[in-house]
Amino acid sequence: MINKIAASMAEALSGIQDGATVLIGGFGTAGIPNELIDGLIDQGARELTVVNNNAGNGDTGLAALLKMGRVRKIVCSFPRQADSYVFDELYRSGKLELELVPQGNLAERLRAAGAGVGAFFTPTGYGTALAKHNDGSPKETREIGGKHYVLEYPIYGDVALIKAEAGDRWGNLIYRKAARNFGPVMATAAKRTVATVHEIAELGSLDPETIVTPGIHVSHIVKIARSATQAGGFKSA
Amino acid sequence: MSNYTKRSKDELAQRVAQDIFEGAYVNLGIGQPTLVANHIPAGLEIVLHSENGILGMGPAPTPELEDYDLINAGKQPVTLLAGGAYFHHADSFAMMRGGHLDICVLGAFQVSATGDLANWSTGEPGSIPAVGGAMDLAVGAKQTWVMMDLLTKKGESKVVAQCTYPLTGLGCVKRIYSDLATLACTPQGLQLIDKVDGLSHAELERLVGLPIQA
Repeated sequence: MINKIAASMAEALSGIQDGATVLIGGFGTAGIPNELIDGLIDQGARELTVVNNNAGNGDTGLAALLKMGRVRKIVCSFPRQADSYVFDELYRSGKLELELVPQGNLAERLRAAGAGVGAFFTPTGYGTALAKHNDGSPKETREIGGKHYVLEYPIYGDVALIKAEAGDRWGNLIYRKAARNFGPVMATAAKRTVATVHEIAELGSLDPETIVTPGIHVSHIVKIARSATQAGGFKSA
Repeated sequence: MSNYTKRSKDELAQRVAQDIFEGAYVNLGIGQPTLVANHIPAGLEIVLHSENGILGMGPAPTPELEDYDLINAGKQPVTLLAGGAYFHHADSFAMMRGGHLDICVLGAFQVSATGDLANWSTGEPGSIPAVGGAMDLAVGAKQTWVMMDLLTKKGESKVVAQCTYPLTGLGCVKRIYSDLATLACTPQGLQLIDKVDGLSHAELERLVGLPIQA
């Protein structure tokens, strides 16, 4: 019998290696799997590369992981937020490497990883500072049909940590509102995907027409208590 | 010196809204462009896109009803209109990159006469870079419009021959809506669409420092 419902958080996260690339879902505070990040803190892996749209809010979740010095490099589109002071300090003091990626390229590089695409040409970033690698060398470009494109490579994850609304024992997932964001595409891009859900659905009770992430992309499901997503990431007026 | 009054932020938003058409799929960037939503003429149905996976985005919720799983690109709570839809990030940006959005309205630090855009970084040493969806938005929509003050606080033109700030995209801006004039960016340079009453063409060209085709 297939049963992806993990007995515990520790079981779902066991074996994550030092140096792993960890894809973490969420945009602002919506869809951030804070319970899994806390589980990763307890699990102990170090020297991580974290892929997330942002770089942590306040002192909890991703910011706490950063603060504990467990992350070597962060790949993201928008690290600077009103409450990203943990990241800001680590970045300024040179303790954290940053790879800044335009948001759509980030999403598509994850999609490419999950879809078995070796690389792709994108118009986004052409002619800008982000058409260069971190070492300053230019990325490959090509003119196709009179338009200019930059070659971008997939981002493969060792593990993806995502937040969903409900799931069943086969790993099928549905999401809640805009907390979906990077979850479905990160689930496809990692060797192992762990999702939290607020609700475990009986197999067959999720409408097959509306399942967003089919269970093939999910390794473990962890049920967590429902709590309202808190505000974060924006400047209050 | 001509005698003219600048468009206020709301008048500028209203001017932009005037050019948005029935049925348009529109992305309004963070900051000033979000004001445009308040000025869409009643009876006109448009569909707002938010990069984090929303079509049919509605106004801010009434206080106490905020749901932080339903936020806009600026991370502020919004609502969903009847007919709205959610989708994941790769689909959301495919919508942009694939040219499916009709109009994208963005803020800017500088725009060149031929439509190069600089709006993501001032390139200040020591500042923390953050790009978000700016580069994807700039090159993806059928029409990219910029909404900004024409001049900096120091009185320098933000419309320039060549951007000195880091570029967001090349030749991507079609129109500049500013507090003094509306301009089209073309491969041949700037063209005038309209200007505030009392501002002479010569004075506008003097402020911008570039030729503007009438």
